[in-house]
Amino acid sequence: MNNICIKGEKIEVAYGSNVLMREVDFEINKGDVFIIMGGSGCGKSSLMRVMTGLKEPSKGKVWILAKDFYAQDDENKKLIMRDCGILYQSGALFSSMTLAENVALPLQEYTDYSPDMIADLVELKLALVGLRGYGDFYPSEISGGMKKRAGLARALALDPKILYFDEPSAGLDPVSSKLLDDLILEINQSLGTTIVVITHELSSIFAIGNNSIFIDTDIKGVSAKGNPKDLLKNPPNQNVYRFLSGGKE
Amino acid sequence: MSLEFEKTDNYFLILPVGDVLLYDDQKRITALFSSLKKVEKIKFDTKGLKSWDSSLVAFLFKLAMFCQKNNIMIDWSGLPKNLKQLVELALKVDRKPVIVKDKEISFFEKAGEWGIEKYITIKRVFSFVGDIWGAVKRFVAGTAVSRKIDFDFALEDCGYKAVGIVSLVSFMVGLILAFVGSIQLKMFGAEIYIASLVTIGMIRIMGAIMVGIIMAGRTGASYAATIGTMQVNEEVDALKTLGFNVADFLILPRLLSLILVMPFLTMLADIMGIIGGGVVAIFMLDIAPQQYVNFSVNAFGLNNFLVGLFHGFVYGVIISTSGCYYGVNCGRNADSVGLATTKAVVSSIVIMIVATGIITWICQLMGI
Repeated sequence: MNNICIKGEKIEVAYGSNVLMREVDFEINKGDVFIIMGGSGCGKSSLMRVMTGLKEPSKGKVWILAKDFYAQDDENKKLIMRDCGILYQSGALFSSMTLAENVALPLQEYTDYSPDMIADLVELKLALVGLRGYGDFYPSEISGGMKKRAGLARALALDPKILYFDEPSAGLDPVSSKLLDDLILEINQSLGTTIVVITHELSSIFAIGNNSIFIDTDIKGVSAKGNPKDLLKNPPNQNVYRFLSGGKE
Repeated sequence: MSLEFEKTDNYFLILPVGDVLLYDDQKRITALFSSLKKVEKIKFDTKGLKSWDSSLVAFLFKLAMFCQKNNIMIDWSGLPKNLKQLVELALKVDRKPVIVKDKEISFFEKAGEWGIEKYITIKRVFSFVGDIWGAVKRFVAGTAVSRKIDFDFALEDCGYKAVGIVSLVSFMVGLILAFVGSIQLKMFGAEIYIASLVTIGMIRIMGAIMVGIIMAGRTGASYAATIGTMQVNEEVDALKTLGFNVADFLILPRLLSLILVMPFLTMLADIMGIIGGGVVAIFMLDIAPQQYVNFSVNAFGLNNFLVGLFHGFVYGVIISTSGCYYGVNCGRNADSVGLATTKAVVSSIVIMIVATGIITWICQLMGI
């Protein structure tokens, strides 16, 4: 358990009587770049909501940093979530704040840093994502790719141990998408951050993932686990092969 | 945890020691930067460094920027590989902002910008009113493209769903009017005229004004928020590219439903206000119910009643136009929807008051 960062035990995700997935087991090791993959509507985003404390599973347990997350009280849940950074599909920046204010917000709220230090950290985080000099800009004044990177700077603000990415490549051109993939890898390697990515972009899956699960709509659960490259070489079933080969039969 | 530094003949040595976590010793950092004067080269010794976080990276990044400015060489080789990697990543700039923010603007430039902005707003308002007028003409000609279900939905929303709140507020206004009036009328022993006071007050203006204010806060705000959210979600753009006329499709159903409903709500408010006044008259001033009804009927003038209904009609036009205008011209972020809603309500109320003044003046001239 020492090396395990997140663990799912027999998770069932349901909306009312509609069960999206059941008996989902997975283990994410510290420092992994873990990919949750699957076709549209298979429940990837719902599983991420479960992993980020936004939706309680109808059955099963989620262990985050060696703690049974949903068995904790609200205060402990907040403490655990402080070690997690999330980059949402659209960036989810607060539109009334500048990029610098967006990044500074968690630092002001959860740390005792002086205003000078917060300003230095904000400059650093924006520089890390390639947005040096954009601190005074509002989200409405920058492009979609930049919004994502600014969202990443905010997610990185508190030096999280786990970073979640929801469809990071969605809506990006191939060059921006590649740049974001490179950035994810650089953050993973330099900070040792565990990274969980939801995506169905094959190029990203093979470029950054070293561990993964495949959620299969046919069985409403996980039908494959492991390194995506190995899964393509030895696909455990037709659905996984079709997905990872880009639709080949 | 600390940041030690040593100056030798050839270089300046920085030694982060222990756990450099949440490091925020600004005095120490300032002291370090001030001792960097006349230094040519900086080196690092991280043998004593146990753990670190972003605060150390932020310091190194700040140091790098300082050294770039002051032509000081930095030898990063003494840093752990991942720390070095992070600093390098932070120093790698993809692109620089093309717009310079917060540049100083002169007074005349500001005044000019303000003037241009106002001119554009006025043009936009006229163009919007023109669009609505065009939509109304198309509606009359039977060529407007809009869905009946949207009209039904808007009618339901501003019609019977508003009956409860309009009734309650108007009842209370009638009650208050009667109560306040009775204090003065009692002094002359003329309490019975409370019926006339409430009836004339409500049917001439108060009923319409109360309905106007309620509907501005309720329906006008809802129009601005709904259309504003559609603007944020690019639904308005989708309508335009599909070849629909926004005025026909979005504004017309809302405008027509509110114009249709406002006179009826005004009548309801009149009745509820008179009933409210009756409660005070009967239960507090001991006026017989029959007497109250008789005085109310006698005070009821068709002119006053029609002027009240006309107010209701005008308020309907103002509220729906204002709500739709701010919705259609809403920005593209979450904040803009809130702003559009606020502006819709405030401007509706202000324009209603101004319109009331104008209508009252015209009525005075016409002797109505």
